[in-house]
Amino acid sequence: MRVGMGTCGQAAGAEQVFKALKEHMDKTGIKGSLISVGCSGTCYLEPQIELSKQGFPSAIYANVMPDDVSSILSSYLSGSVEGAVALREKLGLMKGEANVPLFDELDFNKLQIRRVTANCGKVDPESIDDYIAFGGFEGLRKVLSMKPEEVIDTLKASGLRGRGGAGFPTYLKWLICRQAVSEKKFVICNADEGDPGAFMNRMEAESDPYRVVEGLITAGYTIGAHEGFFFVRAEKPLMALRLRRAVEESRKRGLLGNDILGSGFSFDAQVILSAGAFVCGEETAMIAAIEGRRAMPRQRPPFPATKGLWDYPTNINNVETLSQIPVIFQLGPQKYSEIGSEKSKGTKVFCIAGKVRRTGAAEVPIGTTIRKLVFDIGGGVYEGRKFKAVQTGGPSGGCLPEKFLDLPLDYETLQAAGSIMGSGGLIVLDDEVCAVDIARYFLTFTSSESCGKCAPCRVGTKVMLGILTRISEGEGEMGDLDELRGLADAMRDTSLCALGQGAPNPVITTLKYFEDEYVAHIRDKVCPAGVCKIAGKKDAVAQ
Amino acid sequence: MIKTSQDYRSAVSEIVAKYSGSKSSLIAILQDIQSRFNHIPFESALEVSEKLGIPLSDIYGVATFYHQFRLKPQGRHLISMCMGTACHVKGAPINFDALKEKIGIEGDEETSPDGRFTIQRVRCMGACSLAPTVRIDGDIYGKVKLDGLDELLRRYL
Repeated sequence: MRVGMGTCGQAAGAEQVFKALKEHMDKTGIKGSLISVGCSGTCYLEPQIELSKQGFPSAIYANVMPDDVSSILSSYLSGSVEGAVALREKLGLMKGEANVPLFDELDFNKLQIRRVTANCGKVDPESIDDYIAFGGFEGLRKVLSMKPEEVIDTLKASGLRGRGGAGFPTYLKWLICRQAVSEKKFVICNADEGDPGAFMNRMEAESDPYRVVEGLITAGYTIGAHEGFFFVRAEKPLMALRLRRAVEESRKRGLLGNDILGSGFSFDAQVILSAGAFVCGEETAMIAAIEGRRAMPRQRPPFPATKGLWDYPTNINNVETLSQIPVIFQLGPQKYSEIGSEKSKGTKVFCIAGKVRRTGAAEVPIGTTIRKLVFDIGGGVYEGRKFKAVQTGGPSGGCLPEKFLDLPLDYETLQAAGSIMGSGGLIVLDDEVCAVDIARYFLTFTSSESCGKCAPCRVGTKVMLGILTRISEGEGEMGDLDELRGLADAMRDTSLCALGQGAPNPVITTLKYFEDEYVAHIRDKVCPAGVCKIAGKKDAVAQ
Repeated sequence: MIKTSQDYRSAVSEIVAKYSGSKSSLIAILQDIQSRFNHIPFESALEVSEKLGIPLSDIYGVATFYHQFRLKPQGRHLISMCMGTACHVKGAPINFDALKEKIGIEGDEETSPDGRFTIQRVRCMGACSLAPTVRIDGDIYGKVKLDGLDELLRRYL
């Protein structure tokens, strides 16, 4: 019996379901093992349980409540899979098999190619043996028999680019750090997932933490580092717990520590809890945080690859980038790069949330269109509502309207449309969402997260927020729109880091694609979506 | 129970020793202090300053920079309202205002007058698929509805 106990499962009440299963087993004497697993990406089905019996197909049950547990169990044990939402395999041995689809055939799953999320929701995230049974550490074994230069060549052939948002070629990052001459080097896993709307790193590290550990060891070996860090957001405690256990267990098995797998290579890692600051997504700010200081970015170059943590060459990769590494060495670079877009190979995990029917995380080839993710996988907006836009890339991203639905999700294409891919969060917006309010929401976020070091970001976000607040209260003037555009240009050109440079994106894209809504707030004193509270005009909204 | 300076001193000594008195462990030390006392008492910050040889102003700088740290005592229960994008478009701001009113918090205050709750906004705990979400102490709740708030609060006395 597997219960999905990722953060999403917990939020849906999985702990009560787990407890109910345990009590039911105690009461009835049913023998079996009760395992808490991570999230399989189908968050909309949470709380989700999977029942398996030797020689019979495993059945997945969705939206399970504690009271349902006894009937589900007795039905499954009596040889029926009726009521299950999906099956792992079909063997024709149980009643009702024909009426239940395979898990991989669900609309949410059928377009997915699961590589980094292959184990998510299947393996016990705390069991190193589970990971090994599914091919874990095979890649590392290969890596340790190769020369670091060969590892870099393999990465180059795979076409892997950073999954944290910037899309920098991973091989190049590793190469620069490898070539830096220093007595000491470090590798850091960026697990400080901070983009609101992005939870793929949480899902990956909570559900399959050993894969991330394997990726980090590979990075350490290749660049010549013997010490690594997982920098994990305190807001995501389960992710920290799982990584911590994975590190301890790997150490016990000789996968961390001295002479890893008899290769002569020594490497150890530790988990550091981030105290929470969005700007830590910027590498130099993260380094300041690990050194125990305020997380303020500094001028680059020098880049961390040559001068990073305590001034030593440091390589930083996102959780998902590191999770891709074992896949590359398992599949080989040719097979790995068979899918994806021309400039970006492999898969990317996108999170679908907001005003959409099926929410969750889906792994698809890079270059899959927004339409496929939002409509085919996500099921589109709710009954009776109208699709308005999709917000990609978090606070540095933008809102893309309907005409961009057939845009392939790729680093370059999204940038050309005025947004970014960022870490891969997609928030679906419908006609109940106000474009001005969304812009104001993001500026509230960036103005409070601005570290304050450079004036364009510190002052620019505040001034923008002031203007947007006035507009949303019906006090705006038409001249405000040009003022916003001018501020945006200045912030983009002169801010020190990506936080300030990207902060205007939500404003500029809403202004570009939904200018009529801004005009309605300013000229007609009306919020067309009925979200903003415009004094004295409540009746107009109601009408 | 009221803590004396001696309590803080011995706690800080113990925590600082755990990190071998390393300056770069300042954030981890403050995290440990906060998990013991629910906030960072002024006396403990003074003690850290002395023990690590870091000016108090720098400690204040770090403690006010990161969201996790709180300089004022926290109520018996900590409510973290997620204000991520998905939660925002699914009604989190309305829930937040309603919750504040229900527990009697005015303006920018964070702790209810009876000391029962402290409320804070957090930006994204990564359960966007179950938005809007709220975490109370260690428990996380998804799809929180306005009319379910009273029932939720009743579980935390």
